[in-house]
Amino acid sequence: MKLWIIAVSLTLLSGYVYAETPEEKGLAIAVEADKRDSGFGDFTAHMTMTLSNRQGEKSVRKLRVKTLEVEGDGDKSLSIFDEPRDIKGTAMLTFSHALKPDEQWLYLPALKRVKRISSKNKSGPFMGSEFAYEDLSSQEVEKYSYKHLRDEKTDGQDSFVVERVPAYKHSGYSRMITWIDKEHYRPLKIDFFDRKNELLKTLVFENYRQYLDKYWRADRMLMQNHQTGKSTLLEWRDYRFRTGLSDRDFNKNTLKRAR
Amino acid sequence: MIRLLVLLLLPLQAVCAWEVSGYIEPELRLFAEEGLQAGQERTNVSLAIQPEFVHQRGSYQFVFTPFARIDQQDDERTHVDVRELYWLYAGDDWEVQAGIGRVFWGVTESQHLVDIINQTDLVENIDTEDKLGQPMIRLSLVRDWGIVDAFILPGFRERTWPGEKGRLRYPLVVDAGAAEYESGQKQWHVDWALRWTQSWGDWEIGVAHFSGTSREPQLSPGVDKGGRLVLIPYYPLIDQTSLDLQAVKGDWLWKLEAISRDGQGPKRYSAATAGFEYTLVGVNESAVDVGLVVEYLWDERGSDALTPFQDDVMAGVRITLNDEQSTEALMGLISDLEYASNSFSIEASRRLYDRFKVNIEARFFDSNEPRDLAWGFRKDDYLQMSLAWYF
Repeated sequence: MKLWIIAVSLTLLSGYVYAETPEEKGLAIAVEADKRDSGFGDFTAHMTMTLSNRQGEKSVRKLRVKTLEVEGDGDKSLSIFDEPRDIKGTAMLTFSHALKPDEQWLYLPALKRVKRISSKNKSGPFMGSEFAYEDLSSQEVEKYSYKHLRDEKTDGQDSFVVERVPAYKHSGYSRMITWIDKEHYRPLKIDFFDRKNELLKTLVFENYRQYLDKYWRADRMLMQNHQTGKSTLLEWRDYRFRTGLSDRDFNKNTLKRAR
Repeated sequence: MIRLLVLLLLPLQAVCAWEVSGYIEPELRLFAEEGLQAGQERTNVSLAIQPEFVHQRGSYQFVFTPFARIDQQDDERTHVDVRELYWLYAGDDWEVQAGIGRVFWGVTESQHLVDIINQTDLVENIDTEDKLGQPMIRLSLVRDWGIVDAFILPGFRERTWPGEKGRLRYPLVVDAGAAEYESGQKQWHVDWALRWTQSWGDWEIGVAHFSGTSREPQLSPGVDKGGRLVLIPYYPLIDQTSLDLQAVKGDWLWKLEAISRDGQGPKRYSAATAGFEYTLVGVNESAVDVGLVVEYLWDERGSDALTPFQDDVMAGVRITLNDEQSTEALMGLISDLEYASNSFSIEASRRLYDRFKVNIEARFFDSNEPRDLAWGFRKDDYLQMSLAWYF
């Protein structure tokens, strides 16, 4: 990560001398966004997912999330499921990585069993929703290559429009187009394109709130699948930062006793 | 029962925050044929309930999970158990648990050789995945080099067995009340166990040792108080050392469980389960995952083994739709390579209306070999349907 910052700082400095390519500009925006969001340490939050199908039928999932920021690697996280009731107590421990498969363990309370699961493929649906695992995992600069396309206003805010191509070869996407606001470098909207390069989903971030006077988090994330007509609304509440979590809160013991 | 529990716990609830959840599950079993034994019916209705009471405060947890089943036909399957009743304290890098608990060890799917702490609640299901609560004191240490769990296990739980009218049993009924033990302290012998587990990148490893009364009894013919011919269980003292390994290589999971046991039978013996699970992720660009499970089951004792899985192969297919209803199914065939004996099973489940879950299970047995333990089940093919309501 640090090398990136140096490289980009040099690029930015040299930008005064010669014109920046779209790729350089795209990367610089991603690095700046990453810089502004790093150093949060840890957070806990409650998440409600509302799944809707084309007929408007809804089902709800509730979970609690604990995340620890890891310098120079993907974050560690522990998710505990509260609803639906049949999976209450199920918990998932993830050590995410940018370019290699995540390490993931699932705790099944009915059998008291911890299962190490294969997580090479991050493109599968999370809890039957329109979010894939890779959409919810920590966003590292190294996960994509970037290209700045244009600047435009979205939802009344001046934004950079940047194309991202996943560097992870097992990603479910060929590319994404992201709208990032110029003032705070927050994602406002993402278009996801499937492996056949057809528009698959659009994610819109709403109700941003700032924590610790620095870190922006959206209260609402709405994912719409254009191909199936299904959508998932993700609502976050009770964000708490720097709660004192450490490495010791993320192991198979904490996974088993998570309730 | 539940009302009584609620009444008992209501005052507690007023004092501190108790979280109550659980399920009630009516179940119907339909057998394809008349049983081999007189009095075995072709249909059976049953009802199970398992509430869970949890109190958490800071680093403390208190958990109480009673279980009860009422069975139409089998008096032995009508039973009550305390699955969990423990207090747990979590320190920074250690935890201690005291009370009645449930522990699972191992990685394979077809059988669970390494999993030895809890006794099997066999009347629940012959898949041996239902377990009785075990009294224990457990100390766990988390270190960079792995997690170590030390167990002291006072008090032994006897295996449950189907009664006279129960299906899926041996030709003779097991007289659990007449159980014999190697230890002079009988079920009050204090067992112990130690386990170390570690994850290294793609690898998961577990090494354990257990010393105490075997959870697996030897059954020998005898006569009960009423003069009937029955099977009498004998629980010897054993020492078992085990290894379980799992490697994650892309979409492949490689698994091994191996045990070496001394004290059960004339000499020390080994047994193992080894195999893989390969997952085809997102078949045809859909969300559906299809997993292929193949495992080989081996027991050194051959036909003298207490298990029917002495030289068997399990091949299974797991289908996960990854849909809103979490629909999944597992089909598996276990085939005995030595005897002409096969068993096939299907387990499927799907959520309904957020609070319900439908489970379907079917097992088919085919055995032409009286020496194989599956011989006794050859007329017990069944279809089971249940609907669980979660609260």
